[in-house]
Amino acid sequence: MTSDNPTLSPLFRSWRPRLAALAGALCLVILPAHALGVGDTAPDFALDGTNGPVRLSDYRGKTVYLDFWASWCGPCRQSFPWMNEMQTRYQAKGLRVVGVNVDQNAKDAEGFLRALPARFDVAYDAAGKTPRQYGIKGMPTSLLIGPDGKVLAVHSGFRAEQGTELEQKIKQALKEPS
Amino acid sequence: MKETARGLIAAACLALLSGCAGLGDVQAWEKGKLAQAGMSMDEDPLHQRWGLHVYGSKEAASGGWGVGGGGCGCN
Repeated sequence: MTSDNPTLSPLFRSWRPRLAALAGALCLVILPAHALGVGDTAPDFALDGTNGPVRLSDYRGKTVYLDFWASWCGPCRQSFPWMNEMQTRYQAKGLRVVGVNVDQNAKDAEGFLRALPARFDVAYDAAGKTPRQYGIKGMPTSLLIGPDGKVLAVHSGFRAEQGTELEQKIKQALKEPS
Repeated sequence: MKETARGLIAAACLALLSGCAGLGDVQAWEKGKLAQAGMSMDEDPLHQRWGLHVYGSKEAASGGWGVGGGGCGCN
């Protein structure tokens, strides 16, 4: 079928640009949102937290381990004890673990935190604005952010055995001997 | 008249091709309800895991199953 095919319906011919536009729009819808990568500046956010407002810019000068989690996410359950440990171990070296909860129902998050108390800052984003901004693809997703606000590492998912590898990255970021 | 009808049918078919893809993506952080046990197709998680493992290897494809597996991007 070519454009000068006389049997081609004039309607179809006139619709071709529109169909092309439709195909383009479909591609846009189907393609995933841009995910934040290493070297990108982590977008600032201001959210309500367990102990008052949580603003990323307030952590400038600190190395931040930013974790997006939800009560219904299995691997998140495994990551909490590890994140508590990291916060305790490297707090003096300038590490701050920040957990952004994305539960749509605040009660779910409360229940989770009762079972697995967090010894780090927890913020709440029920609307999901922050994970959208960060282009989160899986739960949990964590980002290691340097003191300059630039992303040093991105990690999706969590299994207990990955803790050591992630700790190495934290140590590197803190310029600790590994 | 016939051509118009044909054109309209073609346009309708094209629109159908996208199926439900245009209805909006469910993002990783919006899968709270999908993660509930009741949303599972099989009541025994182990049996389901085994079945999907066999299916995945037969089809030479894996992932995309619910939230705990590939669908949530955790593995």
